Amino acid sequence: MFPAPFDYQRAHSAQEAIDALAAHGADARVLAGGQSLIPAMRYRLARPPVLVDINPASELVYFREADGSLQIGAGTRDFAVETAPFVAPRYHLIADASVLIADPVVRQMGTVVGSLCHNDPAGDWPAVALAGRASMVLRSSAGTRVVPIDEFIVDSYTTSLRDGEMAVEVRFPIPGARTSGSYQKIERKVGDFATASAAVQVSLDAAGKIAGAGVAIGAVGPSAMRVVEAEKLLDGNAPSKELIADAARAAEKLADPSPDNRGSVEYKKAMAGVLVRRALTNAFVRLGVGGLT
Amino acid sequence: MKISVTVNGTVYERDVEPRTLLAYFLREDCGLTGTHVGCDSSSCGCCVVAMDGNRAVKSCTMFAVQADGHEILTVEGLERGGALHPLQQAFWDQHGLQCGYCTPGMLMTSYVLLGHNPAPTELEIREALSGNLCRCTGYQNIVKAVQQAAEHLSAEPAAVAAAGE
Repeated sequence: MFPAPFDYQRAHSAQEAIDALAAHGADARVLAGGQSLIPAMRYRLARPPVLVDINPASELVYFREADGSLQIGAGTRDFAVETAPFVAPRYHLIADASVLIADPVVRQMGTVVGSLCHNDPAGDWPAVALAGRASMVLRSSAGTRVVPIDEFIVDSYTTSLRDGEMAVEVRFPIPGARTSGSYQKIERKVGDFATASAAVQVSLDAAGKIAGAGVAIGAVGPSAMRVVEAEKLLDGNAPSKELIADAARAAEKLADPSPDNRGSVEYKKAMAGVLVRRALTNAFVRLGVGGLT
Repeated sequence: MKISVTVNGTVYERDVEPRTLLAYFLREDCGLTGTHVGCDSSSCGCCVVAMDGNRAVKSCTMFAVQADGHEILTVEGLERGGALHPLQQAFWDQHGLQCGYCTPGMLMTSYVLLGHNPAPTELEIREALSGNLCRCTGYQNIVKAVQQAAEHLSAEPAAVAAAGE
C-alpha cells in the first residue's frame, strides 16, 4: 500500500514544471491535488519515476472570468469552485457538479484540471467539461495550444496530453443569460465513483427555442461521452417532455457501460437515460420553462 | 529528502523518502499516533488533519514532502492549556464517539469546518462530515457535538479567530 519509489521535484512556477517535464519526458507526472494519482500509486496502478509537484506554483491558482471564459488554473482546488459566490447563480452545471465530487475533504485538495487529466471514466469533470464545451490550455517547451475538450479526452485514463506537456488551465465559455445546466449523478455512497452521471447545458433563444445544447454522460463507457444525437435533437426545437424523452433515449442507446457491483449493463444504460432526462428537465425548469414536470 | 514540518507548533526536521505519506510521517517519524489510518485509501477520513489552519486533508493521500514548510494540526494539538478544546469537550458531553477510531478525523474535519463556517446548519455539518465514516454512533451525537462546539465557540470570539487562522 505504499507507492513505488519516485524522484520528487518541486515546481514553483509553470515554467519550472514545464522544464522538469521536458527533462524527464514520459517518466514524469504532474502532482497537483493527488487525490486520484496518489491512490493509483498506492495500488501500484501508476508508478511514475518522477513526480513534479506543482502545489508550490501559486501562479497556477486562479479562478476568474476573463476574455469571455471562466478560467480555472491547474492549481485551483474543487473547494474554490464550490465556495466562489459567483458560481451558483450563473454556472448551474458547474455549481451542481462542484458539490457532488468525491467528498468535502477530498475537494479541499483535489483540483479541476487534475481530474480532467486523470480522465477517470467515472470522474465528474470530464462529462461537465463536455457539456459545458470547455477547452484545455496545454503548455510545453514548444509553446501553448488550446484544445477542445472533445479532442483532449481520448479513452479511459488517456488524454491527448503529450510527453513534456502540462495542462495549465481549463476554460469554460461564460454562459449567456438564457443558459442553464444541470449535473445529475447516482452514487452508492458519498465519495464513491458514479454508477452513472449526466451533464447538460442548454441555451434558449428569444423565441424560447433551444439554441445550443451540450449533453454528456459519464461512468457508462470507456470515458465520458458527448451524446451528439441528443444535442442534434434538442437544437432548434422548443423544450417539451417528449423532446427530453427522445434525448434521454439517445443517451441510453449510446451508453456502453461495463457491469460491476454498482449495476448491470441494462441498469446503467437505463440510468444514463434517466439522468439525462432529469438533468434536461432541471435545466429547462431553471430557465422558467413550464409544463415539464 | 530533508523536510521541516511544524506539527502542533513544534518544528519536526526529518529526512524522509518522497513516497512517505503524511499520515505515516506523523505517526512514525513524529510519534504522534493520534492521527489514525483507517481505509488507507482516502475513503474513511480517520486520518484527516488540518493544514495551515484552514484546510482539512486526508493525510493518507498526501506525501510528507508536500507538507514541508507548512503547519499541520493534529488531534494532539487541539487541547488548550491542558483543557480540552470545545470540540473535544462537546464530543465528550454529547457522547459523539463509541470506539473512538474515527474521532480524530471527525474532530479535525469539524475544526476546519467551524473555521470556515462558525454557525453551520445541521445539514452543513452532515455534508462537511460526509467524507468521514463512523461505524458506531450513527452520526447523531457527532452532529450534536459539532453544534454544541459551534455554540460554545461563537460565545468565545477569541477561540473562533483561532479556529479560523
